[in-house]
Amino acid sequence: MNTRLLSIIRKEFIQIFRDPRTLAMILVIPVMQLFLLGYSATNDVRNIPLAVLDRSHSPESRALLDAYRAADYFRIAFSVDSESEIEDLISRGEARAAVIIPPDYAQRLADGNAQIAFILDGSDPTSASTALSAAQLISQTHATDILAEKFSRSGTNLRVRPPVEARTTVWYNPDMVSAHFMIPGVIGMILYAIAAILTASSVVRERERGTIEQLIVTPIRPWELIVGKLMPYVILGFFNTIEALAVGHWWFGMPIRGDLGLILILSIVFLITGLGIGLLASTIANTQQEAMLTVWMTLLPSIFLSGFFFPLEAMPKFLQWVSYFMPLRYYLVIMRSLLLKGVGLEMIQFDVIAMTLFAVGIMTAAALRFRKRLD
Amino acid sequence: MPQPLAHAQDLYKHFGSTQAVNGVSLSVSPGEIYGLVGSDGAGKTTTMRLLVGALKPDRGSIEVCGFDVLKQTEQARATIGYLSQRFSMYEDLTVLENIRFFAEARGLSATEWLPRSLEILEFVGLEKFKDRRAGHLSGGMKQKLGLASALVTRPRLLLLDEPTTGVDPVTRQDFWQLVIKLVSRTAEADAPNYQAPITNPRESVSVIISTPYMDEASRCHRVGFMKNGQIIAEDTPSNLRSMLNGRILELRGSPLNTLRHIAHNDEDVEDVQAFGDRLHARVRVGRAKTALKRLALTIKQSGGRVDEIRAVPPALEDVFIALSDSKAPELLRSQISSQETT
Repeated sequence: MNTRLLSIIRKEFIQIFRDPRTLAMILVIPVMQLFLLGYSATNDVRNIPLAVLDRSHSPESRALLDAYRAADYFRIAFSVDSESEIEDLISRGEARAAVIIPPDYAQRLADGNAQIAFILDGSDPTSASTALSAAQLISQTHATDILAEKFSRSGTNLRVRPPVEARTTVWYNPDMVSAHFMIPGVIGMILYAIAAILTASSVVRERERGTIEQLIVTPIRPWELIVGKLMPYVILGFFNTIEALAVGHWWFGMPIRGDLGLILILSIVFLITGLGIGLLASTIANTQQEAMLTVWMTLLPSIFLSGFFFPLEAMPKFLQWVSYFMPLRYYLVIMRSLLLKGVGLEMIQFDVIAMTLFAVGIMTAAALRFRKRLD
Repeated sequence: MPQPLAHAQDLYKHFGSTQAVNGVSLSVSPGEIYGLVGSDGAGKTTTMRLLVGALKPDRGSIEVCGFDVLKQTEQARATIGYLSQRFSMYEDLTVLENIRFFAEARGLSATEWLPRSLEILEFVGLEKFKDRRAGHLSGGMKQKLGLASALVTRPRLLLLDEPTTGVDPVTRQDFWQLVIKLVSRTAEADAPNYQAPITNPRESVSVIISTPYMDEASRCHRVGFMKNGQIIAEDTPSNLRSMLNGRILELRGSPLNTLRHIAHNDEDVEDVQAFGDRLHARVRVGRAKTALKRLALTIKQSGGRVDEIRAVPPALEDVFIALSDSKAPELLRSQISSQETT
């Protein structure tokens, strides 16, 4: 093999292993991110703190509260005596929702027109909407139970049932665990960020420290420099992917239903996009900080407009259109399809082709610019 | 003059609106040490970078060892060793790892690099430090590492860009001994006690070195003086000095400020420079005797004391100060005519 190429790769590896910051970035940060986002970036709302104002103090009202207690969406955190206390708790954020049971609850329940008040803190729409549907569900179920009991007590053997019922089946992620949905995104983000940041700073560092001057006057050809610089990060990125998949699978229980070989190959294609972005950033930036900022500036829109956190379908048309320019978008579709659905290549053709085109395009542009900057 | 080892013709290079190199031509013979001197911003570093092909000239041609630096860049670079002004080895690599990287990057094979690296490290005196990180070397050792790395592929032309700037005097001396050894070794190649060759014994090494120090300039075989991107004078140090023969007066006495003031206002004195407790006054051509007498008299009349006043052989520094002075056109004229006669 080419001696010059090998000597660059060897040099890069020595530098990577001698720099504690780089090493930490490669070894620790991916796992940390995975745990951090695997647990925090979740839409599964549980244990919403609930304040209760029970003015009825009847067996009926206690039965209702038991129903709330039974569902793990809510945690009855406060039992209060006045509405002003509720207002206080919610505005301080100690309670996110409140239930007010009126004094005549038991009486009106017997008459068949009981009402309770449900107050919700809407400042966080995600948890509010979950809380709302949970509260509705709990009340409805409770009402049905009361009705059924009434009938059975009156001797009528009638089974109460709503006239229409939707029987839902959730495919691919039946328990709707957010982590399973998030981890493919986290892998994509890690690959992208680490590849881009490390590549950019390894090139910019040569310029910052003046070593580029000696490098230029060697007979090393530009393509050898590019390949030699990127190769170590391809190898490390490959291990990062495996590391992240392993943690996702064995720790978070994320399924790997598709072809593992295909997953790894397509991850490398995506990695090349990240390396290209890094190389491109290195031709713009003069210092490592500038390089880091440049990469971050591309990373943020990638995260928000790729369907990582927010569903693409909910975005305005214009942003949906912009999202087609985010390579991470395609990688997310590919990874979610392969990991969770276990589909074959033919189902994700469009995304594979688009992602590959981006990888080739960005890398070519970066290599051309890099070459020009050397002269 | 033998066939030049390196030859540059009419080099031009601009950065934005600055014309950094403005028509430089220079030739270096085999075995020659050529010094490029001039103030900061005169264009020395840019010229060096053009010679090694790190920058592309706007115009002009460069040939090294018969290779066109612009067209046969790779072959030409293989014959050039370049030590840049700024330390440009990897600080996180050890001395040996650095040498290995640059040796292999410049084409030494996996079997060649180690013996060659050890040999070159011994030559520059870094063999004991081969496993030390480059970042932990002293300034002088860093420069030696740079030199070793430039020499590892046995270049024919060595380009040293201000290698001794910011280095202590002892190390500077050391460094120069290495450069002189390098050039003279080739001359000793036929001697019976000739030892392991640092460079290829049958091929002479040439050195182009840029320096702001005049004592270093006088060690060169030939010196080119750069100003505003041009080489405005070029000759051997002794010929350059002789340009000011009989025109430098040295004054010692007190108070020095009065002496300086009087000399400065004398009609025949072009320039006055302080050298410690002495003054050097440059006088017009043929006016040394008149000026000497008049200065001595004027100083006494104004209450000063003259310990010594005499005509001295010019130092290289005097010449460079005169050349830097744009009000010395006659000096340049005499320079041009002296070049025509040689």
